[in-house]
Amino acid sequence: MIRVVLPQHLRTLARVSGEVTIEVSGQATQRSVLDALENSYPVLRGTIRDHVTHERRPFLRFFVCAEDWSHESPDAPLPKEVASGAEPFLIIGAIAGG
Amino acid sequence: MSNVRVLVGTRKGAFILSSDGKREKWDVSGPHFAGWEIYHLKGSPADPNKLYASQTSGWFGQIIQTSDDGGKTWHQPGSAPDEKLEPGKAVGESNKFVYDSSAETGKPLTKHQWYDGTQHPWEFKRVWHLEPSLTEPNTVYAGIEDAALFRTTDGGQTWKELPGLRGNDTGPRWQPGAGGMCLHTILLDPSDPKRIFIAISAAGAFRTDDGGKTWKPINRGLKSQYIPDPNAEVGHCVHRIAQHRSRPNTLFMQKHWDVMRSDDAGDNWREISGNLPTDFGFVIDIHAHEPDTVYVVPIKSDSEHFPLDGKLRVYRSRTGGNDWEPLSKGLPQSDCYVNVLRDAMAVDSLDKCGVYFGTTGGQVYASPDAGNNWAPIVRDLPAVLSVEVQTLP
Repeated sequence: MIRVVLPQHLRTLARVSGEVTIEVSGQATQRSVLDALENSYPVLRGTIRDHVTHERRPFLRFFVCAEDWSHESPDAPLPKEVASGAEPFLIIGAIAGG
Repeated sequence: MSNVRVLVGTRKGAFILSSDGKREKWDVSGPHFAGWEIYHLKGSPADPNKLYASQTSGWFGQIIQTSDDGGKTWHQPGSAPDEKLEPGKAVGESNKFVYDSSAETGKPLTKHQWYDGTQHPWEFKRVWHLEPSLTEPNTVYAGIEDAALFRTTDGGQTWKELPGLRGNDTGPRWQPGAGGMCLHTILLDPSDPKRIFIAISAAGAFRTDDGGKTWKPINRGLKSQYIPDPNAEVGHCVHRIAQHRSRPNTLFMQKHWDVMRSDDAGDNWREISGNLPTDFGFVIDIHAHEPDTVYVVPIKSDSEHFPLDGKLRVYRSRTGGNDWEPLSKGLPQSDCYVNVLRDAMAVDSLDKCGVYFGTTGGQVYASPDAGNNWAPIVRDLPAVLSVEVQTLP
């Protein structure tokens, strides 16, 4: 079980409150976590990654164990703390705008 | 007595303003989609309780919302209003706008002109305008940035481009204006279901006569001071076009500068700015029952987007242009420095035509008597991006 923390607006879209939990088959990577998240909550498709290229949207960041993973390879294995559910995978909106 | 519903899109959410036919007392509902930019929302003429909204965000991209009850509840197309989303449920395509690049559709066009004159790939950014079909509640056209026209026939669950527009030979010469390269106006001809007019900043106006398969630029007569070629086929910054349903071959246009008129479905345009104090502006609309009564809101200039002399005035022509009268009763006549954006004016179809517009200062003004008298419905909304009106039985 992997825990994912979504920004407020995406929680509203997905009609969830608090963290969401997802199951990932195989190795936990950013790609496999986001694939599983979008499979569980299809309304989030296109809101975190581009619909076609699957690239991270520019104003979103991914944090893992207090580190910014936004520029890590999407296929890099996530730390075991995330894979085990001890730590959440954080999706955070960049501070910008008014 | 009839009712009126005003659909307002703002920088921070959507609002729905409702009144009876007197248009004196208003109920305000919202914000819907709080915190999101709502570029446009509009109801289906065939089913007025069926509404569509374009919800966008610099962080999270594009979302399409729809309502089946006049805006009381909303959902993304493909999900029911109160449905708890189940994992794996097949929604999530309603915000997928992918340019057509298939060989079957003729000319997959991949580049347009960029600010520096180089060619730049088309990139989807947002939906500026949603235009529901006049007859089919589940069919809607979407004007997007970078400029293209999409259509859904399943209530917004899936969208497909009408690639003939971008495939027009002029596509590589289209370029973005300051607000982006947006397709912001869609007029569905009530007299001919195969005829559609659209407008793009900064490319110009286009028309199809075959239901969207092929398009041609309709910009003859437009003069734009920033284009060296006085007969340029495209490159014009058209801000808005309006059409009266009783006279579909006559079009009125607010261009970047100049107010224009065509009486041959856009084939030829002539200037009708006449005695306007400035002919820069964004909105233009037509009285519901008088096809020669036209409204604009003059803005000082392209570098000062606010009313002249700090006085907010709507100008009305009862002669189809050239002769304009200022309408100011009830509007601020000092220290007013708001703008009225291109999708932010609309009219109702009650016997005494109501006229409505919203400002970047968050006011929505209504006139229940064709512009003679104005009053604010609301004063302190976020900046208004769009205003649409529904006249309900």
